[in-house]
Amino acid sequence: MMKGIKKWRLFALMTILLVFLAGCGREEISTLIPAGKVAQDQFNLLILSSVVMAFVIIVVSIIFVLAIVKFRRSKVGEDMIPEQIEGSVRLEFIWTAVPIVLLLILAVPTVYSTFDLADVSTMDVEAKDGNASNLTVNVTGNLYWWEFEYPEQGIVTAQELVVPTDERVYFNLISADIKHSFWIPSIGGKLDVNPENVNTFYLEFDRESAELDDGVFYGKCAELCGPSHALMDFKVKSVDREEFDQWVTAMQAEKPAAAEGDLAQQGEELFGADGLACISCHATSGAGGTGGVGPNLATFGDRNRVAGYLEHDEENIKNWIQDPQEYKPGNLMPEASSLNNGKDLSDQELDALAAYLMGLSVEE
Amino acid sequence: MSSTAQKKGFGATIWDFMTTVDHKKIAILYLISGGFFFLVGGVEAMLIRIQLAKAGNDFLSAGTYNEVITMHGTTMIFLAAMPILLAFMNAVMPLQIGARDVAFPFLNSLGFWLFFFGGIFLNLSWFMGGAPDAGWTNYASLALASESHGIDFYALGLTISGFGTLIAGINFLVTIINMRAPGMTYMRMPMFTWTTFVASALILLAFPPLTVGLFTMVFDRMFGANFFAVEMGGNTIIWEHLFWIFGHPEVYILILPAFGIFSEIFAIFSRKRLFGYTALVFATILIGFYGFMVWAHHMFTVGLGPTANAVFALATMIIAVPTGIKIFNWLLTIWGGSISFTVPMIYAIAFIPSFVAGGVTGVMQAIAPLDYQLHDSYFIVAHFHYVIVGGTVLGILAGTHLYWPKMFGTMLSEKLGKWTFWFFFIGFHLTFFIQHFLGLMGMPRRVYTFGADQGWDLFNAISSSGAALMAIGVIILLVNVVLTTVKNERIGNDPWGDGRTLEWAIPSPPPFYNFAQTPLVRGLDTYWIEKMDGNEKGMIYAEPLEDIHMPNSSIIPFVMSFGMFVASFGALYFLDDKVWALPVLIIGLVILFGSMLLRSLKDDLGFYVTKAELLKDAKGGNTNGH
Repeated sequence: MMKGIKKWRLFALMTILLVFLAGCGREEISTLIPAGKVAQDQFNLLILSSVVMAFVIIVVSIIFVLAIVKFRRSKVGEDMIPEQIEGSVRLEFIWTAVPIVLLLILAVPTVYSTFDLADVSTMDVEAKDGNASNLTVNVTGNLYWWEFEYPEQGIVTAQELVVPTDERVYFNLISADIKHSFWIPSIGGKLDVNPENVNTFYLEFDRESAELDDGVFYGKCAELCGPSHALMDFKVKSVDREEFDQWVTAMQAEKPAAAEGDLAQQGEELFGADGLACISCHATSGAGGTGGVGPNLATFGDRNRVAGYLEHDEENIKNWIQDPQEYKPGNLMPEASSLNNGKDLSDQELDALAAYLMGLSVEE
Repeated sequence: MSSTAQKKGFGATIWDFMTTVDHKKIAILYLISGGFFFLVGGVEAMLIRIQLAKAGNDFLSAGTYNEVITMHGTTMIFLAAMPILLAFMNAVMPLQIGARDVAFPFLNSLGFWLFFFGGIFLNLSWFMGGAPDAGWTNYASLALASESHGIDFYALGLTISGFGTLIAGINFLVTIINMRAPGMTYMRMPMFTWTTFVASALILLAFPPLTVGLFTMVFDRMFGANFFAVEMGGNTIIWEHLFWIFGHPEVYILILPAFGIFSEIFAIFSRKRLFGYTALVFATILIGFYGFMVWAHHMFTVGLGPTANAVFALATMIIAVPTGIKIFNWLLTIWGGSISFTVPMIYAIAFIPSFVAGGVTGVMQAIAPLDYQLHDSYFIVAHFHYVIVGGTVLGILAGTHLYWPKMFGTMLSEKLGKWTFWFFFIGFHLTFFIQHFLGLMGMPRRVYTFGADQGWDLFNAISSSGAALMAIGVIILLVNVVLTTVKNERIGNDPWGDGRTLEWAIPSPPPFYNFAQTPLVRGLDTYWIEKMDGNEKGMIYAEPLEDIHMPNSSIIPFVMSFGMFVASFGALYFLDDKVWALPVLIIGLVILFGSMLLRSLKDDLGFYVTKAELLKDAKGGNTNGH
């Protein structure tokens, strides 16, 4: 029975989505196709205010059109001198009072929702077993990449946020450098990522991202932060609680699985301290805390994109390693040649690195 | 109406404009330089739209794109919209109140030249190592991290031109308070004078926070003062507050004079007194007043907390009430009138739906939780272009057509004007309406590119095509200006036929002393009252014809501003260890303070226009100055 309802809901949802998709953008990123409680609340406010504003526009339009149709000089006569009316107290009262009423209609849900969406009082509440009852993610904005730390779980990842569905997820936001802004449009509004203080809010993810065309929700930086501001994307995987717990357990395994195959093993050596020393900035284990110089790569093979926006294939990995500035101007990753005694990496070396990175995975 | 300017050589004309203290000539200077910067900002806008015309475009690089958006915003607001509005204020306001000039003609000239050199200084950044690239809002963490000198050009350039604007604002305030003709009580002042008055008060109160912000920014950038350096205990949010405490009133500084121009137009071309004049005046004052209490609505997502957000959300909503009062009073002004669809009037007619559209999206963004979605998305880009283009720029275009005959003595072509209007108006809505939806579809603002996988391609392409139409409209306007100037068909006092206020009672362009005899004002729309009473002389005068005292021209304002311009280069390069920087700084300051000293020591008592000359002028002699 439950399954039937779920299927029906899914079907209804799909139908609505199809209708909307034409004019509402992509479901991975559009605020018009909300996939979480916060975005839904905000969408409802959008609809409410649009209706009220449509009323205003209609009233103005009627008076406006009537006036310019009825009182054209060609119609009223060339020599007509209109009566010089000073005004009308009654009319002034009406068009002062009516807008105030309309604004009150908007003001009540505005104030309610402002406090509701800022309510983080249940953030650090402990459940009976001593663990936090809600998931908290510490987000750090860095020059053109995002770090996601799960302090309770003792794990950290980057560029792809993984969250459980159907529960509140709390976020602590701070920037390591320039001001950024954290925005997942289809899940909820943005909050700035300031360099000087931690901002806190919550989001809820009501849909599993696997249902989406691209398999992930799109996250954006919404505050100008430098040349590659436009490319500072991240992705969100929302999975059910069970799958999330599995993911956490896999991440907590301190040692990443050994590279498989000769090419990947060669890549691992290159990546390591005796090779190009990529590892001095990029951790390959998910267990740990925040503060990475470069993005943590423990889940690299599971990701949806390279560098947050390029298609996830070996070609792009190799291009990126060879010349990161070409793909994200102003980012802080050194060119490969500067780590390789001034020489470009050979194709074989790039293949090896790509194979190794693609093998970094915590998902089955 | 012969003009000595034409008989003068080119060099003499240039010298005349460099030294003039006549508010009408300064208005022309503001109009030309503001118009020039409007074109520069327009080219920058076109570059933006070309870059965003398709996904993954590489027309502009990421860094260049950020420079272009920064300079587009900064140029349009500080160097185009404000100066052009100041042009109309200068050209029209003293005439409307029956004054012979502004209260401080010397300062008027100084204000212009400071703005001019500040604007040139800022734009020279393009050729001297890179333009500012932190957005026109120049948020501190990004601005401090910016490596080129762009941000220094921004901070110093805006400081200089900000001085100029502040001086202009103070000057207009004093002028309106002190120099109204007999009978011109506050509640008989034309609406444009009222909006000039309130906008000037806003300038007086809003520019100091900006100056404070810019000074601290300069100190941080040049001397490591660490006001905004987080790692040293500074705070970047303070910049945001300072900027928006200035920035929000600035929006009203831009829109109120446009409201004033439209108010004049509605009355003139409906042949009808402004409906609810008193309500319009109080609505103007209220908008100015509230303008200072809502700045944090630009910062809803900063994390100020729910209490601040809720309070500022409600305060912001209240502004919709006086704005609504204005819209309805304008509608009732044309209601029952006799509407003549001249070019200024079609701009005014088009302004109402455009501005209402911008206004309602403003209320939507006042809803703080909803703004979390809309903020820094293309929705806000659409919103502020609807109010600034749909309000201020339409007001400027309307004002250009309305006041061109008064400023230059010849009418812009109505036919070409209508072509401009349709291209610009359709292009404007095509460009910006669709951007609301881009924002709702998740497109952040200030992105130099977007992926083909985001679903934004079509709407961006449509938006860019609209921008091309706007550009065509502006080009037609330029053609119109050239043709009109070449043809140079002279016109009389009241070319629109239905002028209601004092500026239409005197020749176009007016003689340099404006009024041979100061008029007596008998009510609101004083010239209309005289016309309706069948007054053959035009006006009733408050004084007999006698000698008029006028101020002398002076080159000192130009030299002072130039000194500041020179000193700024020295200051800017001082920390680069350039050997020439310190001497340049000193030379600039010597020029600045030397000319101030000269001005203080040298008595300048002005001169008299004798009664005989006035009589000769009245018979059709020289009206264009000495």
